[in-house]
Amino acid sequence: MISISQQTWLQPWIKLARGERPSEQLRALAKTLLVPLAGIAAFLLLWAVAAGQINTSLGAFPGPLDVWQQGGALLEEHAAERREEEAFYERQRERNAQRQAVDPSYQPRIFPYTGSATFIDQILTSLMTVTAGFVLASLLAIPLGILIGLSHTLYRAFNPVIQLLKPVSPLAWLPLVTMVVSAVYVSQDPLVPKSFITSMVTVMLCCLWPTVINTAVGVAGVDNDLNNVSRVLRLGWLTHVRTIVLPSAMPMMFAGLRTSLGIAWMVLIAAEMLAQSPGLGKFVWDQFQNGSSDSLSRIMVAVITIGAIGFLLDRLMLAVQSLVSWDKSADLR
Amino acid sequence: MSNYLDISKISIDFPTPEGPFRALDELSLRIKKGEFVSLIGHSGCGKSTVLNILAGLLQATEGGVALDGKEVNEPGPDRAVVFQNHSLLPWLTAFENVQLAVRQVFRDSMGKAEMRDWIQQNLKLVHMEHAMHKRPDELSGGMKQRVGIARALAMRPKVLLMDEPFGALDALTRAHMQDSLMEIQRDLNNTVVMITHDVDEAVLLSDRIVMMTNGPAATIGEVLNIDLPRPRNRVTLAENGDYNHFRQQVLSFLYEKQRKVVEIPREPAVDEHEAAPARGKVAGLVDRLGRRA
Repeated sequence: MISISQQTWLQPWIKLARGERPSEQLRALAKTLLVPLAGIAAFLLLWAVAAGQINTSLGAFPGPLDVWQQGGALLEEHAAERREEEAFYERQRERNAQRQAVDPSYQPRIFPYTGSATFIDQILTSLMTVTAGFVLASLLAIPLGILIGLSHTLYRAFNPVIQLLKPVSPLAWLPLVTMVVSAVYVSQDPLVPKSFITSMVTVMLCCLWPTVINTAVGVAGVDNDLNNVSRVLRLGWLTHVRTIVLPSAMPMMFAGLRTSLGIAWMVLIAAEMLAQSPGLGKFVWDQFQNGSSDSLSRIMVAVITIGAIGFLLDRLMLAVQSLVSWDKSADLR
Repeated sequence: MSNYLDISKISIDFPTPEGPFRALDELSLRIKKGEFVSLIGHSGCGKSTVLNILAGLLQATEGGVALDGKEVNEPGPDRAVVFQNHSLLPWLTAFENVQLAVRQVFRDSMGKAEMRDWIQQNLKLVHMEHAMHKRPDELSGGMKQRVGIARALAMRPKVLLMDEPFGALDALTRAHMQDSLMEIQRDLNNTVVMITHDVDEAVLLSDRIVMMTNGPAATIGEVLNIDLPRPRNRVTLAENGDYNHFRQQVLSFLYEKQRKVVEIPREPAVDEHEAAPARGKVAGLVDRLGRRA
């Protein structure tokens, strides 16, 4: 997606490998690598020292080492759970084979495994929910943003409502969304669980606005000369939007999408925590309720994971932007 | 075909808080097919407004424009515009920019291969075939303007409207572009209306120079027939008595008869747009309205 040569932190390594002025490359390396590493080291040290000073009812606040250990333990639990699942299905298959050998008319049934969700499972659930909510929000927000960006009247009509809904916290939406989903989404054999819909809709409602507003601003800011070109050519509405409006508004639109995705991820954790719907938020809440000596370390693992995933999601958006952007020389950061 | 483009008594009022402001007043002009007409006048005299009315981008408050017997009341590709700042879509290559226009105008009458040939032919006409797959940010100012001209020519317009097409270029590039334009005119003999405030350019290129009075309520002051033989050569013309006489007449109109009392701007004005604030509230507002519409 992003070519290797563009990654500035890699360049000194590449040049060093080529043997281009080693001393200069080492200095560049020190700047790009050592300084950030020193920052991280300082943070870890501060954390370790501060953690030792804080005593909670669940024992001392976990330091970096405890968290590292619990991270490993969580991965091990996940692997054990998968082995358990595999063994469960294996036992069923064996039993079914035996019964069929005795009675050929027997219809084998496979019972689904109902083990508890591991940390990794919760991460995957959260990622799926945030993706669904964000995609749904984008599908609504981009067309809406284009429409209100193109028409002053529509902008004036929608703007008060948008400004009113924009600052609403996910926690305020959640009870309403839960009730509405319970009332509307009734099915004997639901395709996806209710909790998934609830979290997804909450995420959508909260992360809609930055994309709407940024797209509208980008669309309204199309160079007037380009609009005149479009008028002289008598471009149809769709062609006008596709060839002139969208490419012009692209950078603003992506700025909005990135903000939206960041908000979506933040909102999701809160929503999962409050709604007890599966995901990383529920993991944090469960650990908090659990109150064992490992709980704080495990919550800390979740905190770091949430941060890392949020960062990766932002980088992913950036990569998508540089992939679809017409201006490859633009400095994206 | 003596009145191919007929501008009859056009006036335009812009609304201001102090009531309507008359920018143009009863301007009439008849242009023959194949004629090259320049509009010249001081900044803010309403030249661009006239061009925008011809293009259909602005509507005259009174009077009207007819092209080839049909009234002009909306923009269209039969009146292609070459904008001062090229106005190419920065995300499309030179080829694709021309293609956008060609597809729009000839989608029913040309096949794919025919379109490609026509686009290439027009880019060749402006000597841009070597860089047709480059995007505007990879082209120099003059090259961008060449592509802008190719795009306009590719629409096969009835009238080519040029809004200070070379105003943003350096003197040498401008001279090259003028020579190119004369060469194209020799081949195609288009009907052209060009806005300029370069006296040499107007005399060199035009069949007629229309000199406008200063606003408000600007209109035509004088019309000068430039019957210099073609092809014209800027070097030999420099010593031509008629040429210098025409130049002198335009200069005398601009700087003696229509001498403009300009308040000295606080900062050196670069061009017409930047000069707007110095021209007082009303003119500035008109300028802004004119550009927005």
